[in-house]
Amino acid sequence: MPDAIEVSNMTKTFGPTVAVDHVSFSVQEGEIFGFLGPNGAGKTTTTRMLTGVIPPDDGTALVLGYDIRRSPVQAKQGFGVVPETSNAYTDLSAWQNLMLMGELYGLARGPATKRASDLLGMLGLLERKDQKVQAFSKGMKQRLILAMALLHEPGLLFLDEPTSGLDVQSTQMILSLLRTLNRSGTTIFLTTHNMEEANRLCHRVGIIRSGTIVAVDAPEKLKSAIDRFHRIEVSFDREIPPDALARLPGVTGADRTGDKWQITVEDRDAAIRSLVTFSREQDATIVTLTTLAPSLDDAFLRLTQEASS
Amino acid sequence: MNPAGFSEQVRRAWAIAKKDIRIYYFKGPVLIFGIFMPVFLFLAFLMGSRQLPLAFLVSGLVGMALFFTATAVSPAIFPWEGQAKTLERLASCPIMVEAIILGDMIASMLFGIGITIITVLIGMALGLPLLHAVTLIAGILLAASCFSAIGMLLAVPPTNVPSNIMMLSSLIKFPLVFISGIFIPLEQMPSWGLALAVWSPLTYFTDIVRYSFTGSHYFPVLADIAVLGVFTVVFTAGTMYLHKRTMPKRM
Repeated sequence: MPDAIEVSNMTKTFGPTVAVDHVSFSVQEGEIFGFLGPNGAGKTTTTRMLTGVIPPDDGTALVLGYDIRRSPVQAKQGFGVVPETSNAYTDLSAWQNLMLMGELYGLARGPATKRASDLLGMLGLLERKDQKVQAFSKGMKQRLILAMALLHEPGLLFLDEPTSGLDVQSTQMILSLLRTLNRSGTTIFLTTHNMEEANRLCHRVGIIRSGTIVAVDAPEKLKSAIDRFHRIEVSFDREIPPDALARLPGVTGADRTGDKWQITVEDRDAAIRSLVTFSREQDATIVTLTTLAPSLDDAFLRLTQEASS
Repeated sequence: MNPAGFSEQVRRAWAIAKKDIRIYYFKGPVLIFGIFMPVFLFLAFLMGSRQLPLAFLVSGLVGMALFFTATAVSPAIFPWEGQAKTLERLASCPIMVEAIILGDMIASMLFGIGITIITVLIGMALGLPLLHAVTLIAGILLAASCFSAIGMLLAVPPTNVPSNIMMLSSLIKFPLVFISGIFIPLEQMPSWGLALAVWSPLTYFTDIVRYSFTGSHYFPVLADIAVLGVFTVVFTAGTMYLHKRTMPKRM
Protein backbone atom coordinates (compact mmCIF):
# COMPACT_ATOMS: atom_id res chain seq x y z
CA MET A 1 0.00 0.00 0.00
CA PRO A 2 1.45 3.45 -0.87
CA ASP A 3 2.36 5.88 1.87
CA ALA A 4 0.09 8.82 2.61
CA ILE A 5 2.83 10.39 4.73
CA GLU A 6 6.53 9.74 4.44
CA VAL A 7 8.77 11.57 6.89
CA SER A 8 12.51 11.43 6.62
CA ASN A 9 14.92 12.98 9.13
CA MET A 10 12.57 15.85 9.87
CA THR A 11 14.07 18.29 12.36
CA LYS A 12 12.90 21.50 14.04
CA THR A 13 14.76 23.66 16.50
CA PHE A 14 13.53 26.66 18.47
CA GLY A 15 16.62 28.57 19.59
CA PRO A 16 18.78 26.10 21.54
CA THR A 17 15.92 23.59 21.93
CA VAL A 18 15.68 20.69 19.48
CA ALA A 19 11.91 20.14 19.41
CA VAL A 20 11.95 17.40 16.76
CA ASP A 21 15.18 15.53 16.18
CA HIS A 22 15.65 13.71 12.83
CA VAL A 23 12.29 11.98 12.99
CA SER A 24 11.46 9.36 10.32
CA PHE A 25 8.28 7.33 9.91
CA SER A 26 5.58 6.63 7.39
CA VAL A 27 1.80 6.34 7.42
CA GLN A 28 0.12 4.05 4.92
CA GLU A 29 -2.94 5.01 2.93
CA GLY A 30 -6.15 3.92 4.64
CA GLU A 31 -4.49 3.63 8.03
CA ILE A 32 -5.38 5.22 11.36
CA PHE A 33 -2.01 6.22 12.77
CA GLY A 34 -1.82 7.35 16.39
CA PHE A 35 0.94 9.76 17.33
CA LEU A 36 1.58 9.54 21.06
CA GLY A 37 3.98 11.20 23.43
CA PRO A 38 4.19 13.06 26.74
CA ASN A 39 3.66 16.83 26.91
CA GLY A 40 6.44 18.69 25.13
CA ALA A 41 7.63 15.58 23.28
CA GLY A 42 7.26 17.21 19.85
CA LYS A 43 3.86 15.88 18.74
CA THR A 44 2.29 19.21 17.86
CA THR A 45 5.48 20.55 16.27
CA THR A 46 5.63 17.45 14.06
CA THR A 47 1.97 17.83 13.11
CA ARG A 48 2.46 21.52 12.34
CA MET A 49 5.37 20.71 10.05
CA LEU A 50 3.38 17.99 8.31
CA THR A 51 0.46 20.35 7.75
CA GLY A 52 2.69 23.11 6.39
CA VAL A 53 2.05 25.55 9.23
CA ILE A 54 5.75 25.80 10.11
CA PRO A 55 8.68 24.74 7.93
CA PRO A 56 11.07 22.02 9.06
CA ASP A 57 14.71 23.08 9.49
CA ASP A 58 15.94 19.85 7.98
CA GLY A 59 14.65 16.66 6.43
CA THR A 60 11.69 16.04 4.15
CA ALA A 61 8.02 15.22 4.49
CA LEU A 62 6.02 13.87 1.58
CA VAL A 63 2.32 14.28 2.21
CA LEU A 64 0.05 12.57 -0.34
CA GLY A 65 3.06 12.43 -2.62
CA TYR A 66 3.88 16.16 -2.43
CA ASP A 67 6.86 17.66 -0.66
CA ILE A 68 5.25 19.89 1.97
CA ARG A 69 8.01 22.50 1.56
CA ARG A 70 8.16 22.58 -2.23
CA SER A 71 4.51 22.02 -3.13
CA PRO A 72 2.59 23.07 -0.02
CA VAL A 73 -0.59 24.16 -1.80
CA GLN A 74 -0.98 20.86 -3.70
CA ALA A 75 -0.35 18.86 -0.51
CA LYS A 76 -2.77 20.98 1.56
CA GLN A 77 -5.47 20.64 -1.08
CA GLY A 78 -5.64 16.91 -0.27
CA PHE A 79 -5.82 16.94 3.53
CA GLY A 80 -7.91 18.42 6.33
CA VAL A 81 -6.75 19.58 9.75
CA VAL A 82 -8.48 19.49 13.13
CA PRO A 83 -6.27 21.32 15.64
CA GLU A 84 -6.49 20.90 19.40
CA THR A 85 -7.94 24.36 19.98
CA SER A 86 -10.88 25.41 17.92
CA ASN A 87 -9.83 27.97 15.33
CA ALA A 88 -13.10 28.73 13.61
CA TYR A 89 -13.87 32.44 13.19
CA THR A 90 -16.03 33.22 16.21
CA ASP A 91 -17.48 36.37 14.59
CA LEU A 92 -18.83 34.29 11.72
CA SER A 93 -21.67 31.78 11.83
CA ALA A 94 -21.04 28.05 11.44
CA TRP A 95 -22.38 28.29 7.91
CA GLN A 96 -20.15 31.26 6.99
CA ASN A 97 -17.11 29.40 8.36
CA LEU A 98 -17.93 26.41 6.18
CA MET A 99 -18.51 28.54 3.10
CA LEU A 100 -15.17 30.27 3.70
CA MET A 101 -13.48 26.87 3.81
CA GLY A 102 -15.30 25.91 0.61
CA GLU A 103 -13.88 28.97 -1.13
CA LEU A 104 -10.38 28.44 0.27
CA TYR A 105 -10.40 24.87 -1.08
CA GLY A 106 -11.75 26.03 -4.45
CA LEU A 107 -15.09 24.18 -4.18
CA ALA A 108 -17.99 25.19 -6.39
CA ARG A 109 -20.84 26.83 -4.50
CA GLY A 110 -23.44 24.09 -5.17
CA PRO A 111 -21.44 21.07 -3.98
CA ALA A 112 -20.04 23.06 -1.05
CA THR A 113 -23.56 23.98 0.10
CA LYS A 114 -24.78 20.38 -0.16
CA ARG A 115 -21.75 18.96 1.62
CA ALA A 116 -21.91 21.64 4.36
CA SER A 117 -25.59 20.81 5.05
CA ASP A 118 -24.84 17.09 5.17
CA LEU A 119 -21.91 17.53 7.55
CA LEU A 120 -23.77 19.91 9.86
CA GLY A 121 -26.68 17.45 9.95
CA MET A 122 -24.36 14.51 10.65
CA LEU A 123 -22.64 16.41 13.46
CA GLY A 124 -25.84 17.75 15.02
CA LEU A 125 -25.23 21.41 14.19
CA LEU A 126 -27.70 22.05 11.37
CA GLU A 127 -30.20 23.89 13.56
CA ARG A 128 -27.46 26.22 14.85
CA LYS A 129 -25.86 26.87 11.47
CA ASP A 130 -26.70 30.58 11.36
CA GLN A 131 -25.57 31.26 14.90
CA LYS A 132 -22.22 32.93 15.51
CA VAL A 133 -19.57 30.46 16.67
CA GLN A 134 -18.80 32.56 19.77
CA ALA A 135 -22.05 31.23 21.28
CA PHE A 136 -21.04 27.59 20.72
CA SER A 137 -19.92 25.21 23.47
CA LYS A 138 -16.46 23.59 23.25
CA GLY A 139 -17.94 20.37 21.91
CA MET A 140 -19.94 22.21 19.25
CA LYS A 141 -16.87 24.20 18.19
CA GLN A 142 -14.84 21.01 17.87
CA ARG A 143 -17.58 19.38 15.79
CA LEU A 144 -17.68 22.45 13.57
CA ILE A 145 -13.90 22.30 13.13
CA LEU A 146 -14.25 18.68 12.08
CA ALA A 147 -16.94 19.67 9.56
CA MET A 148 -14.64 22.42 8.24
CA ALA A 149 -11.81 19.92 7.85
CA LEU A 150 -14.04 17.44 6.00
CA LEU A 151 -15.83 19.83 3.66
CA HIS A 152 -13.52 19.14 0.71
CA GLU A 153 -13.65 15.37 1.31
CA PRO A 154 -9.92 14.99 2.08
CA GLY A 155 -8.10 11.70 1.62
CA LEU A 156 -6.03 12.42 4.72
CA LEU A 157 -7.13 13.92 8.01
CA PHE A 158 -4.83 15.32 10.71
CA LEU A 159 -6.36 15.51 14.19
CA ASP A 160 -4.59 16.97 17.22
CA GLU A 161 -6.27 15.85 20.45
CA PRO A 162 -9.72 16.00 18.83
CA THR A 163 -11.64 14.83 21.90
CA SER A 164 -9.62 16.58 24.59
CA GLY A 165 -11.93 18.04 27.22
CA LEU A 166 -15.12 17.10 25.38
CA ASP A 167 -18.29 15.61 26.83
CA VAL A 168 -19.05 11.93 26.25
CA GLN A 169 -21.66 12.65 23.57
CA SER A 170 -19.31 14.80 21.44
CA THR A 171 -16.43 12.35 21.97
CA GLN A 172 -18.49 9.37 20.82
CA MET A 173 -19.86 11.31 17.85
CA ILE A 174 -16.35 12.27 16.71
CA LEU A 175 -14.84 8.81 17.24
CA SER A 176 -17.72 7.15 15.43
CA LEU A 177 -17.33 9.54 12.50
CA LEU A 178 -13.59 8.85 12.37
CA ARG A 179 -14.24 5.10 12.13
CA THR A 180 -16.78 5.64 9.36
CA LEU A 181 -14.38 7.91 7.47
CA ASN A 182 -11.58 5.37 7.78
CA ARG A 183 -13.82 2.57 6.53
CA SER A 184 -14.50 4.66 3.44
CA GLY A 185 -10.75 5.03 2.83
CA THR A 186 -9.68 8.20 4.66
CA THR A 187 -6.22 8.02 6.18
CA ILE A 188 -6.16 9.44 9.71
CA PHE A 189 -3.19 10.87 11.58
CA LEU A 190 -4.31 11.19 15.19
CA THR A 191 -2.29 12.94 17.88
CA THR A 192 -3.60 12.00 21.30
CA HIS A 193 -2.83 11.59 24.98
CA ASN A 194 -5.69 9.19 25.37
CA MET A 195 -4.22 5.66 25.31
CA GLU A 196 -7.62 4.00 25.37
CA GLU A 197 -8.69 6.04 22.35
CA ALA A 198 -5.48 5.14 20.50
CA ASN A 199 -5.79 1.50 21.50
CA ARG A 200 -9.36 1.19 20.20
CA LEU A 201 -8.95 3.32 17.09
CA CYS A 202 -5.43 3.04 15.66
CA HIS A 203 -3.95 0.42 13.38
CA ARG A 204 -0.46 1.56 14.33
CA VAL A 205 0.95 4.06 16.78
CA GLY A 206 4.18 6.03 16.84
CA ILE A 207 5.58 7.11 20.19
CA ILE A 208 7.72 10.23 20.37
CA ARG A 209 9.81 11.22 23.34
CA SER A 210 12.01 14.35 23.57
CA GLY A 211 11.72 14.88 19.83
CA THR A 212 12.76 11.34 18.92
CA ILE A 213 10.62 8.44 17.76
CA VAL A 214 11.03 5.57 20.24
CA ALA A 215 8.60 3.05 18.72
CA VAL A 216 6.27 2.60 15.77
CA ASP A 217 4.08 -0.52 15.71
CA ALA A 218 0.58 -1.91 16.12
CA PRO A 219 -0.78 -1.32 19.66
CA GLU A 220 -1.04 -5.05 20.42
CA LYS A 221 2.52 -5.68 19.27
CA LEU A 222 3.80 -2.81 21.36
CA LYS A 223 1.97 -4.14 24.40
CA SER A 224 3.29 -7.67 24.01
CA ALA A 225 6.79 -6.52 23.17
CA ILE A 226 7.31 -4.64 26.40
CA ASP A 227 6.98 -7.62 28.71
CA ARG A 228 7.79 -11.32 28.25
CA PHE A 229 5.90 -12.07 31.48
CA HIS A 230 2.09 -12.11 31.55
CA ARG A 231 -0.29 -11.92 34.42
CA ILE A 232 -3.33 -14.09 35.14
CA GLU A 233 -5.89 -13.34 37.80
CA VAL A 234 -7.74 -16.38 39.14
CA SER A 235 -10.14 -17.10 42.00
CA PHE A 236 -11.50 -20.40 43.38
CA ASP A 237 -14.61 -21.28 45.36
CA ARG A 238 -12.53 -22.59 48.27
CA GLU A 239 -9.23 -21.99 50.00
CA ILE A 240 -6.21 -23.60 48.35
CA PRO A 241 -2.71 -24.22 49.78
CA PRO A 242 -0.67 -20.99 49.59
CA ASP A 243 2.40 -22.45 47.84
CA ALA A 244 0.57 -24.82 45.47
CA LEU A 245 0.00 -22.28 42.69
CA ALA A 246 3.61 -21.08 42.61
CA ARG A 247 4.79 -24.67 42.02
CA LEU A 248 2.62 -25.21 38.93
CA PRO A 249 4.42 -25.62 35.56
CA GLY A 250 4.85 -22.33 33.71
CA VAL A 251 4.06 -20.21 36.78
CA THR A 252 6.87 -17.97 38.01
CA GLY A 253 5.08 -16.33 40.92
CA ALA A 254 1.74 -16.10 42.73
CA ASP A 255 0.46 -13.34 45.01
CA ARG A 256 -2.82 -13.23 46.86
CA THR A 257 -4.89 -10.04 46.48
CA GLY A 258 -8.17 -10.24 48.39
CA ASP A 259 -10.07 -13.34 47.30
CA LYS A 260 -8.04 -13.62 44.08
CA TRP A 261 -4.58 -14.80 43.06
CA GLN A 262 -2.38 -12.81 40.70
CA ILE A 263 -0.08 -15.23 38.90
CA THR A 264 2.95 -14.27 36.82
CA VAL A 265 3.53 -16.62 33.92
CA GLU A 266 5.85 -16.95 30.94
CA ASP A 267 3.54 -19.09 28.82
CA ARG A 268 -0.11 -18.17 29.21
CA ASP A 269 -1.45 -21.27 27.48
CA ALA A 270 0.59 -23.72 29.57
CA ALA A 271 -0.28 -21.90 32.76
CA ILE A 272 -4.03 -21.93 32.08
CA ARG A 273 -3.91 -25.68 31.32
CA SER A 274 -2.02 -26.24 34.62
CA LEU A 275 -4.60 -24.19 36.51
CA VAL A 276 -7.48 -26.25 35.11
CA THR A 277 -5.75 -29.51 36.04
CA PHE A 278 -4.90 -28.10 39.46
CA SER A 279 -8.52 -27.11 40.14
CA ARG A 280 -9.70 -30.64 39.27
CA GLU A 281 -7.07 -32.20 41.55
CA GLN A 282 -8.00 -29.88 44.42
CA ASP A 283 -11.72 -30.37 43.72
CA ALA A 284 -12.02 -26.60 43.52
CA THR A 285 -14.12 -24.67 41.05
CA ILE A 286 -12.58 -21.78 39.12
CA VAL A 287 -14.85 -18.77 39.80
CA THR A 288 -13.01 -16.22 37.63
CA LEU A 289 -9.98 -16.41 35.35
CA THR A 290 -8.71 -13.24 33.63
CA THR A 291 -5.57 -12.76 31.55
CA LEU A 292 -4.10 -9.35 32.30
CA ALA A 293 -2.23 -8.17 29.23
CA PRO A 294 -0.03 -5.08 29.51
CA SER A 295 -2.08 -2.02 28.52
CA LEU A 296 -0.99 0.56 25.96
CA ASP A 297 -0.49 2.82 28.98
CA ASP A 298 2.08 0.32 30.31
CA ALA A 299 3.78 0.17 26.92
CA PHE A 300 3.79 3.95 26.60
CA LEU A 301 5.20 4.48 30.09
CA ARG A 302 7.82 1.79 29.64
CA LEU A 303 8.96 3.06 26.25
CA THR A 304 9.05 6.72 27.20
CA GLN A 305 10.83 5.99 30.49
CA GLU A 306 13.40 3.77 28.78
CA ALA A 307 14.09 6.51 26.26
CA SER A 308 14.66 9.12 28.94
CA SER A 309 16.88 6.95 31.14
CA MET B 1 -8.01 22.71 -11.25
CA ASN B 2 -4.48 23.69 -10.29
CA PRO B 3 -4.85 24.91 -6.69
CA ALA B 4 -1.53 26.78 -6.90
CA GLY B 5 -2.45 28.49 -10.19
CA PHE B 6 -2.68 32.28 -10.35
CA SER B 7 -6.43 32.54 -11.03
CA GLU B 8 -7.28 29.99 -8.33
CA GLN B 9 -5.16 31.85 -5.77
CA VAL B 10 -6.79 35.16 -6.72
CA ARG B 11 -10.22 33.55 -6.14
CA ARG B 12 -9.07 32.40 -2.73
CA ALA B 13 -7.66 35.88 -1.99
CA TRP B 14 -11.14 37.24 -2.69
CA ALA B 15 -12.54 34.79 -0.12
CA ILE B 16 -10.06 36.23 2.43
CA ALA B 17 -11.16 39.77 1.49
CA LYS B 18 -14.84 38.93 2.03
CA LYS B 19 -14.02 37.35 5.37
CA ASP B 20 -12.07 40.45 6.45
CA ILE B 21 -14.88 42.79 5.42
CA ARG B 22 -17.44 40.73 7.37
CA ILE B 23 -15.33 40.37 10.48
CA TYR B 24 -13.22 43.50 10.73
CA TYR B 25 -14.65 46.29 8.59
CA PHE B 26 -18.43 46.05 9.01
CA LYS B 27 -18.18 47.12 12.60
CA GLY B 28 -19.59 50.35 13.97
CA PRO B 29 -16.42 51.57 15.70
CA VAL B 30 -14.29 50.91 12.60
CA LEU B 31 -16.69 52.72 10.28
CA ILE B 32 -17.08 55.62 12.69
CA PHE B 33 -13.32 55.89 13.25
CA GLY B 34 -12.74 55.78 9.51
CA ILE B 35 -15.05 58.75 8.91
CA PHE B 36 -14.58 60.79 12.10
CA MET B 37 -10.80 60.75 12.32
CA PRO B 38 -10.12 62.62 9.05
CA VAL B 39 -13.22 64.83 9.45
CA PHE B 40 -12.09 66.03 12.90
CA LEU B 41 -8.54 66.67 11.67
CA PHE B 42 -10.02 68.58 8.74
CA LEU B 43 -12.29 70.67 11.00
CA ALA B 44 -9.38 71.42 13.34
CA PHE B 45 -7.33 72.83 10.49
CA LEU B 46 -10.32 74.55 8.90
CA MET B 47 -10.89 76.51 12.11
CA GLY B 48 -7.22 77.01 12.91
CA SER B 49 -5.97 77.99 9.42
CA ARG B 50 -8.50 80.42 8.03
CA GLN B 51 -6.03 81.72 5.44
CA LEU B 52 -5.95 78.33 3.62
CA PRO B 53 -8.53 77.94 0.85
CA LEU B 54 -11.33 75.40 1.27
CA ALA B 55 -10.27 73.55 -1.90
CA PHE B 56 -6.82 72.97 -0.40
CA LEU B 57 -8.20 71.64 2.87
CA VAL B 58 -10.79 69.38 1.19
CA SER B 59 -8.04 67.87 -0.93
CA GLY B 60 -6.16 67.17 2.29
CA LEU B 61 -9.30 65.67 3.81
CA VAL B 62 -9.67 63.28 0.87
CA GLY B 63 -5.97 62.34 1.13
CA MET B 64 -6.18 61.74 4.88
CA ALA B 65 -9.42 59.79 4.59
CA LEU B 66 -7.92 57.32 2.14
CA PHE B 67 -4.64 57.08 4.02
CA PHE B 68 -6.20 56.53 7.46
CA THR B 69 -8.92 54.16 6.35
CA ALA B 70 -6.74 52.01 4.09
CA THR B 71 -4.26 51.59 6.94
CA ALA B 72 -6.78 51.52 9.81
CA VAL B 73 -7.43 47.80 10.29
CA SER B 74 -4.99 45.93 8.06
CA PRO B 75 -1.95 46.23 10.40
CA ALA B 76 -3.89 44.50 13.18
CA ILE B 77 -5.42 41.63 11.19
CA PHE B 78 -2.39 39.35 11.38
CA PRO B 79 -1.83 39.90 15.13
CA TRP B 80 -5.55 39.36 15.82
CA GLU B 81 -5.65 36.21 13.78
CA GLY B 82 -2.39 34.98 15.26
CA GLN B 83 -3.84 35.45 18.74
CA ALA B 84 -7.13 33.72 17.86
CA LYS B 85 -5.25 30.87 16.09
CA THR B 86 -7.30 31.47 12.95
CA LEU B 87 -4.04 32.32 11.17
CA GLU B 88 -2.96 28.73 11.81
CA ARG B 89 -6.19 27.61 10.16
CA LEU B 90 -5.36 29.73 7.09
CA ALA B 91 -1.76 28.48 7.09
CA SER B 92 -2.99 24.88 6.85
CA CYS B 93 -5.34 25.73 3.95
CA PRO B 94 -4.24 25.54 0.31
CA ILE B 95 -3.65 29.27 -0.03
CA MET B 96 -0.29 30.99 -0.48
CA VAL B 97 0.89 33.66 1.95
CA GLU B 98 0.89 36.08 -0.99
CA ALA B 99 -2.80 35.37 -1.61
CA ILE B 100 -3.64 35.95 2.07
CA ILE B 101 -1.84 39.31 1.89
CA LEU B 102 -3.62 40.15 -1.36
CA GLY B 103 -6.97 39.33 0.25
CA ASP B 104 -6.22 41.55 3.25
CA MET B 105 -5.13 44.32 0.88
CA ILE B 106 -8.29 44.06 -1.23
CA ALA B 107 -10.50 44.40 1.87
CA SER B 108 -8.50 47.37 3.06
CA MET B 109 -8.64 49.00 -0.40
CA LEU B 110 -12.41 48.58 -0.67
CA PHE B 111 -12.94 50.06 2.78
CA GLY B 112 -10.61 52.97 2.01
CA ILE B 113 -12.25 53.67 -1.35
CA GLY B 114 -15.76 53.54 0.18
CA ILE B 115 -14.97 56.09 2.89
CA THR B 116 -12.98 58.29 0.48
CA ILE B 117 -15.93 58.53 -1.88
CA ILE B 118 -17.93 59.99 1.03
CA THR B 119 -15.29 62.69 1.57
CA VAL B 120 -15.23 63.48 -2.16
CA LEU B 121 -19.01 63.91 -2.00
CA ILE B 122 -18.57 66.18 1.06
CA GLY B 123 -16.17 68.32 -0.98
CA MET B 124 -18.63 68.53 -3.86
CA ALA B 125 -21.45 69.33 -1.44
CA LEU B 126 -19.34 72.22 -0.12
CA GLY B 127 -19.38 73.61 -3.66
CA LEU B 128 -16.02 72.42 -5.01
CA PRO B 129 -16.09 71.49 -8.69
CA LEU B 130 -14.60 68.10 -9.66
CA LEU B 131 -12.50 69.13 -12.68
CA HIS B 132 -10.64 65.86 -13.42
CA ALA B 133 -12.79 62.93 -12.32
CA VAL B 134 -10.89 60.25 -14.28
CA THR B 135 -7.55 61.37 -12.82
CA LEU B 136 -9.09 61.35 -9.34
CA ILE B 137 -10.50 57.82 -9.80
CA ALA B 138 -7.13 56.54 -11.08
CA GLY B 139 -5.36 58.26 -8.19
CA ILE B 140 -7.75 56.81 -5.60
CA LEU B 141 -7.37 53.27 -6.97
CA LEU B 142 -3.60 53.49 -7.09
CA ALA B 143 -3.24 55.17 -3.71
CA ALA B 144 -5.67 52.71 -2.10
CA SER B 145 -3.42 49.85 -3.26
CA CYS B 146 -0.32 51.67 -2.06
CA PHE B 147 -1.74 52.55 1.38
CA SER B 148 -3.12 49.02 1.84
CA ALA B 149 0.36 47.67 1.18
CA ILE B 150 1.72 50.13 3.77
CA GLY B 151 -0.89 48.86 6.24
CA MET B 152 0.25 45.28 5.67
CA LEU B 153 3.90 46.32 5.92
CA LEU B 154 3.19 47.72 9.38
CA ALA B 155 2.02 44.23 10.40
CA VAL B 156 5.31 42.55 9.46
CA PRO B 157 6.86 42.41 12.98
CA PRO B 158 5.81 38.91 14.12
CA THR B 159 3.92 39.87 17.26
CA ASN B 160 0.45 38.63 18.11
CA VAL B 161 -0.26 41.62 20.36
CA PRO B 162 -2.40 44.02 18.31
CA SER B 163 -1.71 47.01 20.58
CA ASN B 164 2.03 46.80 19.82
CA ILE B 165 1.36 47.00 16.11
CA MET B 166 -1.21 49.78 16.48
CA MET B 167 1.30 51.85 18.46
CA LEU B 168 3.95 51.34 15.79
CA SER B 169 1.35 52.12 13.16
CA SER B 170 0.40 55.45 14.80
CA LEU B 171 4.07 56.38 15.24
CA ILE B 172 4.57 56.09 11.50
CA LYS B 173 1.21 57.26 10.14
CA PHE B 174 0.78 60.56 11.96
CA PRO B 175 4.20 62.06 11.12
CA LEU B 176 3.61 61.00 7.50
CA VAL B 177 0.41 63.09 7.38
CA PHE B 178 2.30 66.20 8.51
CA ILE B 179 5.07 65.93 5.90
CA SER B 180 2.81 65.22 2.94
CA GLY B 181 1.56 68.69 2.04
CA ILE B 182 -1.86 68.18 3.59
CA PHE B 183 -1.84 71.05 6.07
CA ILE B 184 1.12 72.99 4.70
CA PRO B 185 1.19 73.42 0.90
CA LEU B 186 4.34 71.98 -0.68
CA GLU B 187 5.08 75.43 -2.14
CA GLN B 188 5.36 76.86 1.38
CA MET B 189 7.47 74.06 2.81
CA PRO B 190 11.10 74.65 3.77
CA SER B 191 13.61 72.71 1.68
CA TRP B 192 14.15 70.09 4.43
CA GLY B 193 10.38 69.58 4.62
CA LEU B 194 10.20 69.13 0.88
CA ALA B 195 13.10 66.66 1.03
CA LEU B 196 11.02 64.59 3.46
CA ALA B 197 7.76 65.05 1.55
CA VAL B 198 9.07 63.41 -1.63
CA TRP B 199 9.51 60.13 0.31
CA SER B 200 5.85 60.01 1.32
CA PRO B 201 3.37 58.40 -1.13
CA LEU B 202 0.63 60.50 0.47
CA THR B 203 2.30 63.62 -0.99
CA TYR B 204 1.67 62.43 -4.55
CA PHE B 205 -1.91 61.36 -3.88
CA THR B 206 -2.72 64.71 -2.26
CA ASP B 207 -1.18 66.45 -5.28
CA ILE B 208 -3.45 64.39 -7.59
CA VAL B 209 -6.56 65.23 -5.51
CA ARG B 210 -5.64 68.92 -5.52
CA TYR B 211 -5.23 68.83 -9.27
CA SER B 212 -8.60 67.07 -9.62
CA PHE B 213 -10.41 69.77 -7.61
CA THR B 214 -8.47 72.95 -8.46
CA GLY B 215 -6.45 72.23 -11.60
CA SER B 216 -3.23 73.24 -9.82
CA HIS B 217 -0.46 70.84 -8.83
CA TYR B 218 3.10 70.82 -7.54
CA PHE B 219 4.50 67.80 -9.43
CA PRO B 220 3.47 66.85 -12.99
CA VAL B 221 0.37 64.64 -12.66
CA LEU B 222 1.94 61.83 -14.67
CA ALA B 223 4.92 61.91 -12.32
CA ASP B 224 2.52 61.69 -9.32
CA ILE B 225 0.90 58.61 -10.83
CA ALA B 226 4.21 57.01 -11.81
CA VAL B 227 5.75 57.51 -8.36
CA LEU B 228 2.61 56.18 -6.66
CA GLY B 229 2.80 53.17 -8.97
CA VAL B 230 6.42 52.53 -8.05
CA PHE B 231 5.64 52.85 -4.32
CA THR B 232 2.72 50.41 -4.74
CA VAL B 233 4.85 47.78 -6.48
CA VAL B 234 7.73 48.11 -4.03
CA PHE B 235 5.51 48.04 -0.91
CA THR B 236 3.37 45.16 -2.19
CA ALA B 237 6.37 43.04 -3.16
CA GLY B 238 8.10 43.97 0.11
CA THR B 239 5.14 43.10 2.32
CA MET B 240 4.59 39.76 0.57
CA TYR B 241 8.26 38.83 0.85
CA LEU B 242 8.56 39.86 4.50
CA HIS B 243 5.30 38.23 5.63
CA LYS B 244 6.33 34.98 4.01
CA ARG B 245 9.46 35.06 6.17
CA THR B 246 7.81 36.12 9.42
CA MET B 247 4.53 34.20 9.28
CA PRO B 248 5.87 30.92 10.75
CA LYS B 249 7.14 32.92 13.75
CA ARG B 250 3.52 33.85 14.62
CA MET B 251 2.44 30.22 14.95
